[in-house]
Amino acid sequence: MMTEISLNVLDVAENSTRAGASLVEITLAADTKADTLTLIIKDNGCGMTPEQVAHVEDPFYTTRTTRKVGLGVPFLKQAAESTGGSFKITSEPGVGTTDTAVFGLSHIDRMPVGDISTTIQNLIVFHPDTDFVYTYRYDDREFVLDTREFREVLGGVPLDTPDVAQYIKEYLTENKQETDSGKLV
Amino acid sequence: MKSLAELKAIKEKMQNQMNMRSDADHTRVVVGMATCGIAAGARPVLNTLSDEIQKRGLTDKIAVTQTGCIGLCQFEPIVEVYEPGKEKVTYIKMDAEKALEVIERHLVGGHVVEKYSMGASGLK
Repeated sequence: MMTEISLNVLDVAENSTRAGASLVEITLAADTKADTLTLIIKDNGCGMTPEQVAHVEDPFYTTRTTRKVGLGVPFLKQAAESTGGSFKITSEPGVGTTDTAVFGLSHIDRMPVGDISTTIQNLIVFHPDTDFVYTYRYDDREFVLDTREFREVLGGVPLDTPDVAQYIKEYLTENKQETDSGKLV
Repeated sequence: MKSLAELKAIKEKMQNQMNMRSDADHTRVVVGMATCGIAAGARPVLNTLSDEIQKRGLTDKIAVTQTGCIGLCQFEPIVEVYEPGKEKVTYIKMDAEKALEVIERHLVGGHVVEKYSMGASGLK
């Protein structure tokens, strides 16, 4: 059972890296007026055929051969829909896949966002060859982490170097705090 | 907002001490991070392993990586240890505390922590 939205992000974004994406864009946006929390995970991986897309929300469908269930996407879909929100997945072979989950921000059943900063840091550090663009928005304030910018500054120093990994964590944590003043949990 | 100037300073520091990493004599510690692993609590295990190995200055010898589902979902969180020239050790039903013990006794001390290994649970 996933207990945080951030754990769903960690899991579903893994599908993107497995699909061979070189760029994964993750957006988490809270809108207090519309009372929504929107999560978008967009990749430029291998994409899915219409037939696969039709099956992807089915927990008893997976392309894997080690087991018979695929629960990542159904978990996220259920978590969003149970808060009066929605879930949508669009995909095209050779172009990529976009998952969009909208949660009711103040809905009693919305699971906590959880440690989203650690999730993003985990994704970056454990996939040092994939680029990530992470956008975090709270009403009209936002910050962006673009690993392509980081790479440019770093020259040849890899993103999984311990000091860099630590910096990424601090960058995410401090900027999140400044963006939402600790209001989004 | 945190600036990229700090990152530049890290780069300059790192470039002077970039050591040659050779993967052949590396110990690999692999954590299962698919849906089953994450749902069973693999994230604290992964973070504990990577933080502690960094804290102890072992990153030259030990690499912590992640993998997907290996088909033994009921035993997650699973940690596999690959030491060069030795047989793979699979630890099952891990948590952060057990991970620290594996670092201390296995990765540093050289003795497999049998009670957490898959062999000890009667499975092969």
